[in-house]
Amino acid sequence: MLFRSAWARQAAPLKRQAFAPLTRRSVTTDAASAHAENIPQEDDKPFTVQLSDESFETYEIDPPSYSLEVTKKELKQMYYDMVSIRRMEMAADRLYKEKKIRGFCHLSTGQEAVATGIEHAINRDDKIITAYRCHGFALMRGGTVRSIIGELLGRREGIAYGKGGSMHMFANNFYGGNGIVGAQVPVGAGLAFAQQYNEEKSTSIVLYGDGASNQGQVFEAFNMAKLWKLPVLFGCENNKYGMGTSAARSSALTEYYKRGQYIPGIKVNGMDVLATKAAVQYAKDYAVAGNGPLVFEYVTYRYGGHSMSDPGTTYRSREEIQRMRSTHDPIAGLKQKILDWSVMTEDELKALDKAARAFVDEEVAIAEKMTVPDATPRILFEDIYVRGSEPRWMRGRTVDETFYY
Amino acid sequence: MAAPRLFRPASRLLSSRLTSATRPAFSKTACAPSLLRFRGYATAGGAKEVTVRDALNEALAEELESNQKTFILGEEVAQYNGAYKVTRGLLDRFGPKRVIDTPITEAGFCGLAVGAALAGLHPVCEFMTFNFAMQAIDQIINSAAKTHYMSGGIQPCNITFRGPNGFAAGVAAQHSQDYSAWYGSIPGLKVVAPWSSEDAKGLLKAAIRDPNPVVVLENELMYGQAFPMSEAAQKDDFVLPIGKAKIERPGKDLTIVSLSRCVGLSLNAAAELKQKYGVDAEVINLRSVKPLDVETIIQSLKKTGRLMCVESGYPMFGVSSEIMALSMEYGFDYLTAPAVRVTGAEVPTPYALGLEQMSFPQEDTIVGQATKLLRL
Repeated sequence: MLFRSAWARQAAPLKRQAFAPLTRRSVTTDAASAHAENIPQEDDKPFTVQLSDESFETYEIDPPSYSLEVTKKELKQMYYDMVSIRRMEMAADRLYKEKKIRGFCHLSTGQEAVATGIEHAINRDDKIITAYRCHGFALMRGGTVRSIIGELLGRREGIAYGKGGSMHMFANNFYGGNGIVGAQVPVGAGLAFAQQYNEEKSTSIVLYGDGASNQGQVFEAFNMAKLWKLPVLFGCENNKYGMGTSAARSSALTEYYKRGQYIPGIKVNGMDVLATKAAVQYAKDYAVAGNGPLVFEYVTYRYGGHSMSDPGTTYRSREEIQRMRSTHDPIAGLKQKILDWSVMTEDELKALDKAARAFVDEEVAIAEKMTVPDATPRILFEDIYVRGSEPRWMRGRTVDETFYY
Repeated sequence: MAAPRLFRPASRLLSSRLTSATRPAFSKTACAPSLLRFRGYATAGGAKEVTVRDALNEALAEELESNQKTFILGEEVAQYNGAYKVTRGLLDRFGPKRVIDTPITEAGFCGLAVGAALAGLHPVCEFMTFNFAMQAIDQIINSAAKTHYMSGGIQPCNITFRGPNGFAAGVAAQHSQDYSAWYGSIPGLKVVAPWSSEDAKGLLKAAIRDPNPVVVLENELMYGQAFPMSEAAQKDDFVLPIGKAKIERPGKDLTIVSLSRCVGLSLNAAAELKQKYGVDAEVINLRSVKPLDVETIIQSLKKTGRLMCVESGYPMFGVSSEIMALSMEYGFDYLTAPAVRVTGAEVPTPYALGLEQMSFPQEDTIVGQATKLLRL
């Protein structure tokens, strides 16, 4: 009986909501809900964008400003960045299906606005660490398309020299690409610890999924970050499913921005790159001013399965995916704004779109032409330890294969 | 510093904004001078008695003093002066910025220390005992040990994990385990296990200076034990090389390879063997579990023809197992008898004294096994 009623609750989330006394208006996932007027002619003259008043929801903190200063140039760059990420992920999808990419491959199609919005809100001194869905972040942090695709192909020219693969990409102030669910969260708090220790005026952006948000060490990191007022922005990328388990089936409290309990939180429309930028900019100022951590929830959606081996249709309906794709797409949303605000004409936008795709395609083609690296002991055994500090030898599969540095 | 990496193809592919992405490789100036300056030290003349605890404390104080990037964090390291008083006085001397009490959340603070190391600091992460580090072993192995390799060498992690390892007196199963073999099996980690005060100081300092993650497996039962410390070892530039074993007692009839607290037991056993049977046993103090000094072991084996390993870890898949396997691979022809091992028993450590004693090598166990091996 108990079991049956529990099942009924899961199956009827709407019914449960009806009983919730404090049903709050949810954050919109409309990607095109911002407004702007008096758009200047100049490319780099700032103008004000009015975000939808459903862009944020907050917990124990005032919401970020609903007006955001942007320039046409920046909007174009955001658009270019998001198109690049998507095109790159599509290329990865194809290469995986052609069996050229091995192992795990997690794509962020649909979630582009999070990586792009964050990057446009911070600068190169700020640090980012994320989980295994990391291609977009690697690109935003300065990795090139060819080095990222090269990595997926296991090439020497890959961003991690072919050693890390899809889940482990690193760049300046980008700390991966981490494969153990939730383990990057305390590590990210450590990045912020170092920033505080070195008295830097910068922040660390720590990302994890709605699945990881239940890991114990996430709460351990929250505790220390609050205790020591670390300049860290914890951010749950809530794409509604931890692998195939929906948020409601895994989390006792699905309002992830309240998960910090004693840490203020903000829920952001993660499908809207402008709202994401506004919120992260606000959080950065908050952290740098010495106010301590914040817990963000980026409400987003992944179009594809959890990884390439997951069709992504057994735990959610095709209609749901189709609806998000057709009405909430972050790229289409920004596109609409760009046209509405006459930032570009339709032809100009098409040209930009084409240029971005062409550039990515070109880079992917270069990556595909990279030679398959020789499997030599020198390459196999390099970088286990920092150069110059290696042991005298490492053992191979047999005594004969022992490698001497 | 980044120069050696530049010939690597991918560094060219990072956009210009990223030119500093190649993080510093092993900086010779940061770590090597002391290794190079290291000289042999005499145990006579100017030596003074120092406990292992004080030697560790001295090492920490010296490294905190000389390197602003170094800090220590862990449970009770600051105001309480350390659960085992290893960090006594450090808070007063270096302040709360660099000597940090953490909540009792191993996975959390260990992960935080790893993050700080990835960001360029040189943390010393103390575990109250390594038994508790099991809560954080994922961070030690997956986050610390593997990141440098996974990043293709652009992301080093200069961190030291330290704390008491192995069994203590009467603390039963959950607090009595030897993790030498666990950490020793992980590529990307270095693992040292000091026995004497000189070991403790020299190895801990080397660990902190080493640009890789290093696990320092101390032993609670050794903290209060005093050893003579040479004049050279008392200086602040004293560093022992990681990966080099020490012959504590030269001999010609039997090689005893041991580590940590068991080195002391082996030396006593060797003295007894000499006294009772006139046998000269050579006792090797491994000092470093990874890298393992195979050369010293095999050289000794060449001389004596007989090998015995003594350790307090579990027998299966342990440090002794590894040494015996290596002795067969590299020294089979020198062995005049099958190599033997004395280890902890394959049992969760019991509380009662008599049972606990039966679970770990004692001097008579070592002597008994040696006499069998030597057919005395």
